[in-house]
Amino acid sequence: MSNKTYNADLSRRHFFSKAAAAAGMAVAPGVFLRQVHARPAEQAATSEHRWGILIDTNKCAKGCDSCVTACMDENGWGRADASEDKSSPHQKAQWIRKVTVKDKQTGHVQSLPLMCQHCENPPCVDVCPTGASMKRADGIVLVDKHICIGCRYCMMACPYKARSFVHEDLEDQKVVAPRGKGTVESCTMCVHRVDKDGTPACVEACNADNHNAMYFGDLKDPNSEISRQLTEYGGEELRADLGLNTGVRYQGL
Amino acid sequence: MKNVQFMEIEGRSFGYLALLGILGAIILVALGAWYVMEHHGHYVTGMNNAVVWGTPHIFAIFLIVAASGALNVASISSVFNKTAYKPLARLSGLLAIALLAGGLMILVLDLGRPDRLIIAMTYYNFKSIFAWNIILYNGFFAIVAVYLWMMMQQSMNKYSKPVGVVAFLWRLILTTGTGSIFGFLVARQGYDAAIMAPLFIAMSFSFGLAIFLLVLMAAYKWTGRPLGDAIFRRLKNLLGVFVAGVLYFVLAYHLTNLYATEHHGIEAFILRDGGIYTQLFWIGQIVIGSLLPLLLFYHPSTGKNRTLVGLGAFLVIIGGLIQLYVLIIGGQAYPLEIFPGKEVIESSFFDGQVAHYAPSIWEVLLGLGGVAVALIMVALAVKILRFMPTSLADEEVDPHHSA
Repeated sequence: MSNKTYNADLSRRHFFSKAAAAAGMAVAPGVFLRQVHARPAEQAATSEHRWGILIDTNKCAKGCDSCVTACMDENGWGRADASEDKSSPHQKAQWIRKVTVKDKQTGHVQSLPLMCQHCENPPCVDVCPTGASMKRADGIVLVDKHICIGCRYCMMACPYKARSFVHEDLEDQKVVAPRGKGTVESCTMCVHRVDKDGTPACVEACNADNHNAMYFGDLKDPNSEISRQLTEYGGEELRADLGLNTGVRYQGL
Repeated sequence: MKNVQFMEIEGRSFGYLALLGILGAIILVALGAWYVMEHHGHYVTGMNNAVVWGTPHIFAIFLIVAASGALNVASISSVFNKTAYKPLARLSGLLAIALLAGGLMILVLDLGRPDRLIIAMTYYNFKSIFAWNIILYNGFFAIVAVYLWMMMQQSMNKYSKPVGVVAFLWRLILTTGTGSIFGFLVARQGYDAAIMAPLFIAMSFSFGLAIFLLVLMAAYKWTGRPLGDAIFRRLKNLLGVFVAGVLYFVLAYHLTNLYATEHHGIEAFILRDGGIYTQLFWIGQIVIGSLLPLLLFYHPSTGKNRTLVGLGAFLVIIGGLIQLYVLIIGGQAYPLEIFPGKEVIESSFFDGQVAHYAPSIWEVLLGLGGVAVALIMVALAVKILRFMPTSLADEEVDPHHSA
């Protein structure tokens, strides 16, 4: 009898422990994993992650510029900054742009967004005299607006024409993206969102439109969607010949 | 060789004061132009996000390159023991400092944030050739200043040779650094070439000596001091060699590019299809800036005529500015090859198109201001200190000038 009771107790205990484990596994991604990602503000970015964006050019719709307008609204440039009105179209900021290319041999036409490629070996960082052009440990390339002297050497060095120089006084800037006359700026991969576990505005807008042509994630996490996509289908760098190991990759190019 | 007498210029004539007045006025106008650019922002200039370095950089780099070249006359006397050049060494050092100061003034005032100059002096990224150049420029000022001191104080004369050697090596490194600003740009079709460093050194020899020759001619003519044929002919012949040297490097650069299919695009752009850049290259850089001066220097009928030789030196300067325009603006105007093998058919940022650039009056005025700063420094210095020999007549300079 006692034996029976013991067995019953055992099985009940076994059940509870299994249930607890199952519940834990179900809740864990929401609690524990988020805690691993979300980094307190005072803690520096680490090289445990390398943030990247993968763009599937086959899914990128021609004529669609949701990613561009989302970036403008998020970071306060282009249509979202009425005060930048004296600069010519050649002088206005261009953090991200849509480009349509045609293969010279096959005539195949593709459309894609082009922005800072967040290189592992960024030429802009190499040439910057003061160190204002810098790469965070997690691979995001930024400009420190406090020590940028506006020499524009980074713009000479960038292979992607990804950087803009602020040609005039600006007003009503976004808190998340301060911009200053006489300094250089470019795509920040929405670092303010990434630091809060978010997704860059361009990627979010592309998904919201159901194009799903852009993936954002950690290139160092083999289980991330972006890593799985890259492992399975590959992804090309623009100007791979330069050996920059870009954080932004393209499929179908 | 007789002892050469150095003497300050009197500097009280109407012509001298008028020269100072004109140069001072140009500097004031340039500062006004700078104020306009700083107050409004660079949208008032011709620059944009594709052509980020404009006319101020043409003037600045020209003056910086010429500065190291202007020192060559002193180097030839101190390092290579050519006594005929010794009387010219002080003026050579002075001109080097003045030209560098003028060039750097333009460069700093064209920054987006010139108020942050102190940051440029205190924050260094040692992988940046630009940061190295800041050190090289400051070092050049210091070394040439010491060099002048060694030459001008009799008791220190014995040190002028070792200091002169250091200055000579430093100037070679400095111009290598200036050329490498372009040589190290991996992404641009027109740059990314090791030959930029020696090309810039050849350009510095040529531009620096052309300016030196003109300043020397003007200074001696306006002060009524004799300038002998011997030294003049030496300088003129040397300048011709330097002009030919630049042509050689330009030829080597384009031949190498023409051989590689990868570079056919940029070569076709500069040499054939580039519109204004092609015209500037062939007419400005090659014919006006190189071939015509060579003809004026070496043709028996014109080579003896000082006015025509002076015209030749002036054309070398104009050709040099044009050469830098083609190199700097043309190199940026040619579109980046972001998608090799593909053609851009649509872009909101003008990808695949030749970028537009037209100099604004503000940029030109700022550039001229830098030239005026260099010249006014020389004009003031020769009045205060003994930079110029009282006579450069043949028998004073070098009795064996046939050597």
